[in-house]
Amino acid sequence: MATTDPTAAPSLPAPGAPGVPGGLALRVLEYWVTVYRRTWRGSLASGFLAPLLYLGSLGFGLGTLVDRGVDGVTYVLFVAPAVLTANAMQIAVGEATYPVMAAIRWQRQYHAMLASPLDVPDIVLGHLLFIVLRTTLASIAFLFVGALLGAFRSWWVLLALPVAVLCGAAHAAVVMAFSARQEGDNGFNLLYRFAVIPMFLFAGTFFPITQLPSVLQGVARATPLWHATRVSRDLSLGHPDPGAAVVHLGYLALWLVTGVVAAVYFLRRRLAT
Amino acid sequence: MSVAATGPGPGRRSVARLVAAVPLPAGAGMARMLVRRNVTAWKHAWMTLVSGLFEPVFYLFALGIGIGGLVGAVRVGDTSVPYATFVAPALLASSAMNGAVFDTTGNVFFKLHYARLYDSVLSTPLGPRDVAVGETVWALIRGSGYAGAFLLVMALSGVVHSWWALLTVPAAVLIGLAFAGVGMAATTYMRTWQDFDLVQLAVLPMFLFSATFYPLSTYPPSLRWVVEALPLYHGVALARDLALGMPGPATLGHAGYLVVLGLVGMLVAARRLERLLLS
Repeated sequence: MATTDPTAAPSLPAPGAPGVPGGLALRVLEYWVTVYRRTWRGSLASGFLAPLLYLGSLGFGLGTLVDRGVDGVTYVLFVAPAVLTANAMQIAVGEATYPVMAAIRWQRQYHAMLASPLDVPDIVLGHLLFIVLRTTLASIAFLFVGALLGAFRSWWVLLALPVAVLCGAAHAAVVMAFSARQEGDNGFNLLYRFAVIPMFLFAGTFFPITQLPSVLQGVARATPLWHATRVSRDLSLGHPDPGAAVVHLGYLALWLVTGVVAAVYFLRRRLAT
Repeated sequence: MSVAATGPGPGRRSVARLVAAVPLPAGAGMARMLVRRNVTAWKHAWMTLVSGLFEPVFYLFALGIGIGGLVGAVRVGDTSVPYATFVAPALLASSAMNGAVFDTTGNVFFKLHYARLYDSVLSTPLGPRDVAVGETVWALIRGSGYAGAFLLVMALSGVVHSWWALLTVPAAVLIGLAFAGVGMAATTYMRTWQDFDLVQLAVLPMFLFSATFYPLSTYPPSLRWVVEALPLYHGVALARDLALGMPGPATLGHAGYLVVLGLVGMLVAARRLERLLLS
């Protein structure tokens, strides 16, 4: 009986597992892509349409009230590159919460994967690659439509694509580690209400953080989203700052690496014992 | 239930005939038991309940402090009001909508198809109508709590200047009622979780375009009637009329729209639930 118990399977030696940790991540990516090919229609609303709606309502609509502009540019030009990164964050967090919990507890795909030659690093990196794919597709669509609407000023904005994708990956990795420690979905409500939504609202997306009280400015500067938005905005407005970008992107990379290591650690502790 | 307790009689018979004439599904008038069940169940997740208040408050501060610093005053009727004063009642209305929609879509769907809660409920004297009424009442209790707390935050932040603003709490309950009815009716048609992205597709544009963040006059005249057809537009306008202390005949019209929407939604929801649960 022990061998048919899915939770017991991971402790068995995995035959033929290659030596490189995460070396089979593409197999895991294949699984998520297969699922997504059947469910992508639903994600059109949240991933592709939502940022355009925000751009339309807050950028163009509210922008009519911001008659002096912000930092010398129109409100739409100010907001659009930030919506790009904020949307990448939203998609990433969405994919790293409920689907991860489902794969651990509700539908148990992770358990099934562990019963195959796949190991925890494959699972984490594979799922992360899928999230990268999703944020890439959504960001390309947003850049394309935003450019048609004249929401970007410079061709440098093309480089904002990898920035948005890195932003998504950094958030996804950390949130995956968070999800690996949750027992149910209650924690996700709190994560959204006390981390994701405040970041979306206060980390420089819709107004410069200099308008915040100085304590909150410090908090905003510590969020990964603010760093991604800074780089994205500089590029979109056509004055890239390579020195600052290295620092900002390095900070995001730090979140990404920490998140991956933590996610592997917590998932292994949870699934392989 | 007092009717049931008195037993058969002439009064009972005429009531029964009346009930038969109205297309209402079966219920035992015990919806309050379902409310009690929800209260008990949520006791373990009170943090989630309390945290629901923070979202509109974050929006209020982000828009009030952040956007308010960029925008200045907004013209409403013959007066100008600061941006925070303008946007606060709209956030109250949107949050009432969000709460009611998420309570009656995701939560009810889970109970309907996964937890199979209502199958257990129907093996007791409760009927489908009790389920529909009970879930809605519960959503409204939550909603009025949030609305009251948010109004307090509004008052403390100095964006309320009229006693009429007290009526925004019942207005929020009315908005909740309207969207709870529609939300639950929609849920009975849902097949998978992917369908809930469609809910997002209805809720998000309404949140963003119902003259929530800027006045209706921002839109070109040819687009205004589209906005005016949206249910949330009426919720926002109702809350804004009251919070700014300038109610008028149009205010009643907004309320009427929401009442009709809520009643239709509730009726459809109750009938659909009956078919889903008792067939």
